Amino acid sequence: MKLMTLISVDHVTYGYSRKPVLKDISLTFKRGEIVSLLGPNGSGKTTFLKLLLGLYRPQEGRVLFEGRSVSEIPPKQIARRIAYVPQFHRLAFGYRVMDVVLMGRIPHKPFFFQYSNDDQKAALDALERLSIDHLKDRPYTEVSGGERQMTLIARAIVQGADVFIMDEPVNGLDYGNQIRLLYRITDLARNGYTFIKTTHFPDHALWFSDRVVMLKAGKVIADGDALQMINRINLYNLYNTHIKVIELDDGAHICIPDGLRGQDNHCVPNDSFKVHELGA
Amino acid sequence: MKPSMMISVLFVVLCLTALISLSLGRYPVSVGDILRVMGLMVSDQPVMDEHQYLILKNILIDIRLPRITAAILIGAALSVSGAVFQSMFMNPLVSPGLLGVLAGASFGASVGMIVARSWFVVQLGAFSFGLIAVLAALAISSISRRDQLLMLILGGIISGALFTSLLSVVKYMADPYEQLPAIIYWLMGGLSAIDSVTVLAVCGPVLIGILSLLLLSGYLNVLSMGDEEARSLGVNVRFLRLLFIFLATIISSLTVVMGGVIGWVGLLIPHIARMLVGPDNRILLPAAALIGATYLLIADDIARLLFSIEIPIGILTSLVGIPFFALVVRNARKG
Repeated sequence: MKLMTLISVDHVTYGYSRKPVLKDISLTFKRGEIVSLLGPNGSGKTTFLKLLLGLYRPQEGRVLFEGRSVSEIPPKQIARRIAYVPQFHRLAFGYRVMDVVLMGRIPHKPFFFQYSNDDQKAALDALERLSIDHLKDRPYTEVSGGERQMTLIARAIVQGADVFIMDEPVNGLDYGNQIRLLYRITDLARNGYTFIKTTHFPDHALWFSDRVVMLKAGKVIADGDALQMINRINLYNLYNTHIKVIELDDGAHICIPDGLRGQDNHCVPNDSFKVHELGA
Repeated sequence: MKPSMMISVLFVVLCLTALISLSLGRYPVSVGDILRVMGLMVSDQPVMDEHQYLILKNILIDIRLPRITAAILIGAALSVSGAVFQSMFMNPLVSPGLLGVLAGASFGASVGMIVARSWFVVQLGAFSFGLIAVLAALAISSISRRDQLLMLILGGIISGALFTSLLSVVKYMADPYEQLPAIIYWLMGGLSAIDSVTVLAVCGPVLIGILSLLLLSGYLNVLSMGDEEARSLGVNVRFLRLLFIFLATIISSLTVVMGGVIGWVGLLIPHIARMLVGPDNRILLPAAALIGATYLLIADDIARLLFSIEIPIGILTSLVGIPFFALVVRNARKG
């Protein structure tokens, strides 16, 4: 598949003028990519996602979606192309999983609307596609964290969106569900969906992303192929922590913090670790 | 039970309750007679003698029907606005008075009682100050652009407190022998003073308000997911929120115009409806409207029939509402 520019971020600055959250950011995203945004807490990752969605307006610069400025595209039109999968949240009311997925049809409806049989069918198809159709009548507040993320992905599919913006999708999931979710994302990306997600796990970026963007204090400090960018130096610059990237026999890579002592399978931070922790 | 089925059942229950309420009173009328009078009004087949027909028609149509209609409208309006506010503010403990509409309307009505002897001025005062109090809350909330929901709640608290204090001023200035008891009695809520002119004037706007809210109920589900999620689905959150507040405020202040301040209905009924049909606002709102109407109708029957003198319905709804609410919350925790 030919990769073409889908979203371009052009010299974007956002936030109060004295201490902007994001400073002069320029990036482009291509169709079918899985991009992981890495960065410490408060580095502006979530803000960046909301700028892509048109929820925030940049103070300077612009965000272009297929060449059009997102702040000029009507919200309903954006919603038919770009879906937001927010962080794990608690809801006051336990709507059925089916009702949550149906919300994805709203960008396609007139102001006064009723969900039609076609809408119901679209929602069911999406649930089946992600093999969670057995959950359709369960309250969204009572399914597991992984199933909630799947529900929100189903809603994004129903929206008709081809770009999924996900804020820490694995947050709050158990390890098995994290990996299953990431496999599912990879699978969807092979079918032409684009994923731009934030994560706190460099490993996940190594395993499941085509590309990483590293954000620190509102600036991009690295951008490129996941395998090349996730290295000792960049990780140190990003997190102020010594982390080594190890290649395994089968070619996969993993990140391991320095100072783990092997013999007793026990984590004891060494001196260098301590010094940098304090310095951070 | 399927939700649509449940709505039909609730509708039938409301109709039966209304029919029974029509027959109850100082002068009992059998359901058969009610149906016969209704039949006579649409056709002119003589099935009862002229004199009896006129008496019954006077009791049923001129005295009881306006009151029953008012009870239905008030119960439905308060319950629907309560459900709307609970969903919109993502908080099941919110009631229609959140933004100060009831405090404002109370103040407006009592000012009306002091400055004029006309009932119309009292009603006009209640309605307009209900709106003014909510506008004040909106104005206060616009001080900060961050976290609009929280700012609205704060605005409502401030506006509500302001109009409650102003109400105290009015009470203090009122003539303690005539005006003050009238104000206090009115604040307890009651439907004894209702007349067909008021009901006819008010029922149109209340029904339109309720129906509009029902038509827009699909958006409430999305709004209760949070602002940014709703906006990412292409929903114009600011506009819809203002529209919901506007409609809920109109119908809430019109309930005050009809029956004074009747508490707890708007908090309690949405919970009962949620237990019956679930949280989906597309079904919750009509269910709340029907249950609220039935509830207030029964409460009003008790208020006018239990003792030889009438009990203010507001006292009844809070006395019944409080323990009932505790029960509902306990069950909700379990489920």
